[in-house]
Order: sequence, then C-alpha cells, then structure tokens
Amino acid sequence: MIEQFFAQMPALVIVLPLLAAPMCVLLHRAALAWFVYLITAWACFGLAFLLFVQVKIGGPISYAMGGWPPPFGIELVLDSFNTVVLLLVTGIGAICSLYAKASVAAEIARERAYLFYAAMLLCLCGLAGITVTGDAFNLFVFLEISSLSSYGLIAMGAKRRALLSAFQYLIMGTIGGTFMLIGIGFLYMMTGSLNMADIAERLPAVADTRTVEAGLAFIVVGASLKFALFPLHVWLPNAYTYAPSSVSAFIAATATKVAVYALMRFLFTVFGAAYAFDELPLGEVLMVLAVVAMLSGSMAAIFQTDLKRLLAWSSIAQIGYIVMGFALASSAGITASVTHMVNHGIIKGALFMAAGALFWRLRTISLNDIAGLGKHMPWTSAAFVLAGLSLIGVPATGGFISKWVLLEAVIEPGHYWLAVAILVSSLMALIYIGRVVESLYFRERTEGQAVPGEAPPIMLVATWTLVLANIAIGVHATPLVGAAERAATALLGGGA
Amino acid sequence: MAEIADNFFGLFNYWVVIVLMMIGFYTVISHDNLVKKLIGLNLFQTAVFVFYISMGKIAGSTAPILMHGPGSEDVLYAHPLPHVLILTAIVVGVSTTALGLALVVRINEAYGSIEEDDVLAADFETQEAESETEAQRKARADARHAEAEADEEYDDGSEDPRSPEQRAADNEDKEPRS
Repeated sequence: MIEQFFAQMPALVIVLPLLAAPMCVLLHRAALAWFVYLITAWACFGLAFLLFVQVKIGGPISYAMGGWPPPFGIELVLDSFNTVVLLLVTGIGAICSLYAKASVAAEIARERAYLFYAAMLLCLCGLAGITVTGDAFNLFVFLEISSLSSYGLIAMGAKRRALLSAFQYLIMGTIGGTFMLIGIGFLYMMTGSLNMADIAERLPAVADTRTVEAGLAFIVVGASLKFALFPLHVWLPNAYTYAPSSVSAFIAATATKVAVYALMRFLFTVFGAAYAFDELPLGEVLMVLAVVAMLSGSMAAIFQTDLKRLLAWSSIAQIGYIVMGFALASSAGITASVTHMVNHGIIKGALFMAAGALFWRLRTISLNDIAGLGKHMPWTSAAFVLAGLSLIGVPATGGFISKWVLLEAVIEPGHYWLAVAILVSSLMALIYIGRVVESLYFRERTEGQAVPGEAPPIMLVATWTLVLANIAIGVHATPLVGAAERAATALLGGGA
Repeated sequence: MAEIADNFFGLFNYWVVIVLMMIGFYTVISHDNLVKKLIGLNLFQTAVFVFYISMGKIAGSTAPILMHGPGSEDVLYAHPLPHVLILTAIVVGVSTTALGLALVVRINEAYGSIEEDDVLAADFETQEAESETEAQRKARADARHAEAEADEEYDDGSEDPRSPEQRAADNEDKEPRS
C-alpha cells in the first residue's frame, strides 16, 4: 500500500491540485475553499520533499503516465535538477496558502474568493507540471495552464489597471507560448518524437538543419517571453504591480523561475550544451541580454515610487543573474543559476509578502505613504529589510551565497566585465532597497497619514518563514549549493 | 521553372502558414482595438494549427481510420498524432480567447472603451491625479516642517535676517526632509 503510494508520487503532485481546483469551485464558501487550498498546497510540498529525498538517495525517477511506456506515453521524469525547482514551487505555494487568507479577504470580493483559490491551485498545478514532465508537448500544455490561471489571477487585482495589465500579459504570454509550440513542432517534425530524452537521442543526426535551428530559436524566444528576459519584459512590471498581493508573491517567486527551468531543460537536456552554446552563439547572446537586463532593471527600479513596481523591476534585473549563470554553460554557471533561482524565489516571495502586509494596512504602497512605518509595523519592516539585504547580497544571507557562486563561475573563465556588471547591479540594488529602508525608518509620518498597527500574525508568520529560510541558507549553504551542483551534473549529462 | 513551381506548390501549406502567422502577428502589434488584437492572436495561433496538421499529412494517404476491419490490407494513412496534439492546442486557444474576451468586457465596463490608447490615457490621467494629490500633500507637509524648523532656528530671539517673503520662498524651495 505504502509502496503503491510512493510509486505514484510524481503523478500525485500534479493530480492533487488539479482535482482540488474544481473542488474549491464546488464548495463555493471562501473559508472552505481556502482550507482545501491550504491542505493541497502543503500536501504537494510534502510530496515534493519526499520526491527530493527519494531522488537524492535512489537516483532519477521515471514515471509512465497511465502505464504507457515512454516514448509513446507521457513520461514524468524527476532528477536532481527538477526536484529542486519543484521543492521551491510547492514550498512557496504552501507558504502563500498561509498568507493568502487574510490578504484575499482584504483585496477580493468575498463571493469571488473561492474562484481565486481555484485559480491559485490551477497555477500551482501548471507550474508543478512543467517541472516534472519529460514530454515536450505536455510542457506546453502545463505552461498554458499556469499562464491562463495567472492571467485570471492578475485581473482580480483591486485597481482597474489590473485588467489592462492582465490583458497585455495575456497577449505577450500567448505569443510566447505559441512560439514554444512552433519550436516543439519543428523538433517533432525532425525527430518524430515528443519525449525529451528521445528527442535528445535522435537530434544529433539532424542537428545541422535549418529546421532544428529555427526550432531552437523559437523555443528560446518563447521561453524568454515567459520569464521576461530584457527586451521581452514589458508585461512584467504592470502585471506584478496590480496583481493582488498574494498573487504577486506567488508568481514573482515561482512563475519566472519555472520558465527559466523549462528553457534550461530544452537547452541542456534536449539540444545539449555543445549544440546550443558551442555550435550556435547562444551563450554570447544570452549573456549580453542578461547584462542589459541586470543594469537596466536595477536602474529602472531606482526611480520607482511604487513599492511593488520597484520590486517588479528588480525581478527583471534578478532574472539577468539567473540567465547569466546558465549562459556560461559551465557546471559552475548552472550551479549558480540554480542557487539563485531558489534564493531569488525565497527573497522575492518575502519582499512581496512584506509589501502585501503594508498594503493590507494602508491600501496603498507608494514610498511616500509607507514613510515612518518602521516604528508602527516593526515586524513587517524588519522582514523587508532582512530580505532586502539578501537581495543586495550582504553576507550571512542567501543572496550572498548566490552572488558568490555566480562571481566564482564568471571569474573562472575570465569574464571580468561580467563580474563588474554583477557588482554594479548589486550596488544599484543597494540604492533602491536603501530608498525603501530610508522611507520606512528615517522619515516621520506626516500629519494626516494614518498610523497603522502591525499586519495580521498569519501574514507575518508566512513572511518570516521565508526570511528565516533565507538566512538559514546564508548561514548554512551546503545543502542548497550541494543540490545545485548535483543539478548541474544531471543537466550536463554526467549522471544523476 | 518547374522546380520553382513544384517547390511553391509542394510547400503550399507552409507558405499559407507563414502568411497567416505574419498577418496575425501584425494585427496584434499594430491594432489599438483590444478585440482586434485578440482576433490577430487567434489568426496567429490558427497558423500554428495548420502547420501541425500539414505536418501529419502524407502524400496520397487517407484518414487515419480503420478501413475494412483489422489486418485486412495495408493502407497508407495520415499520421494522427499531430492532429490529436493540435486538438489540445485548439482547446488552449479557445480558452485563451475566452479569457481575453472576458477581460475586454471587464475593461469596457471599467473604462468605457476598448481602444488601448483611450484606456492608457485614462490610466495616465488617474496616475497624474494621484501623483498631484501626493505632491500637494508632500508640499503641505514640507511647508509645515519648514515652518517648524524656521521657528526653532530663530527661537533665541535674534532677528531673522530674511524678509518674510524671502522666508516663504526659501521654505518652498527646501528639499523634502528625509
């Protein structure tokens, strides 16, 4: 019985949220729907943890969906790389489920809250699906499940501007998704297979054709649209700014990371590092875009007056770090990428949650309106400062670890100018986080501004869990860096 | 010449795909009307559907259905898998369109227009208004601070060397206290 359960875990992590979503709709009551969401999210997190341990001990797992053996059926593959991403996605999802109740009650009409929870579950299902699937077309379907639900979630934002942001995201996201579909179509045309491992096996024979090159190009552009790499980032600031707080926290922490995961999976597992980075100049292209993203994103963040928009621009910059890591196509680079994926997920989750807690009290989030709140909302402000320090990369925080690993990876092949760009961008992070801290602690509340109390405890618990997780990584980085190193080995084909 | 013609007609479906895709893409980019944008998006997706369906077709093949009972004869049939895949993609496309249209309806309710320019202009106005009230509030607060400061400064009874008008002007120029 228990073995049966263990054998079905890879499927359960997708099936659970997928089944729980309609249950939320059927239950209809906000509190009940939230309870279903909470239980499911934590169950998924538990499953992800078990899978992580299982892969760490016993090596990669292959699961044939519906009993059809791969490459004919859909295969779920779990290796050292995607279990890390899965753990991040479900972990943030679980913590968001704690956070969501109070924040949703304040921001979304009571009679529509159950739909919100259902959409959150679908989004979680889509993201988990992208992570575990070993089938290229299946990946597209899950990508669209997660994207469609996030369009709906963003549109639930309180301001009317959320609607146009969601619409713009829908247009860009659909173009991105369709580009990936075209790319997968090209690959299928040339190899006659949709299973990623199978494509990888058959690809070298036809690699030097225009079709495969075009397929690669479409997949790279499509995925870049989804994770908002520099010139394709236009949808992101508005979408993150106007989405409800818990959605911003969840999507900012997970959705872009999962899209990066999908691209890395295609580049390294399907095309192979040698093809994408040695034969084609993809590494150089991505590296330049990453640097521009880092600098322009940080620069734009400095001039924002809306806290959530500031964080959104900073996300664009942070995507630059992640892309730069894997664009090096070295083991150290991928390690840095994976480390920063996890760290940034946790940091941005915490920052957006703290911003959401401020919003919960004030109903506004501009830097002037939060002036002097360090005294009145000490816990929220402190959480923001700690997560902000980590974003800058101060020692003893998770952000320091990822910057350290990334710098090592960059300096090893002698790319000193990249190291300079990383440092400059970190300094800019110091400025924009500094502006928020200045506003929180070194300004007085002016007369006429309400003096709020602390945010609800459950929101603080969720925020602080992420902050503490982040500091724990900073103090004891071996487990994360070790997992990231194993992920890099798995991606570069050196075993599990 | 014959070769070129062959090339053209042999790849006819793919030419159609490219043309359709570009028309759709151009519509998405160039049109202001949100519904037209969605129509463009639909065209764009439809082009990809045609692409997948063409891929599965084999010259001279029939539909992939059982002809005369099992094993009766070998029939050349079109590859059904791409067709099935595209069935899924069509479902995705339909849900995207539905969601997009729902958003357009909500946008129309909220703004009274479905032209992107109008909506953006309305957004810009609200933003302006917001930042204006913010600036006013800030100015008021600064003025209060400045007053308080000025009072403190000359509390020791010494005479303020500036004229009252000058003082007011100075206060206005003062940077926001931080």
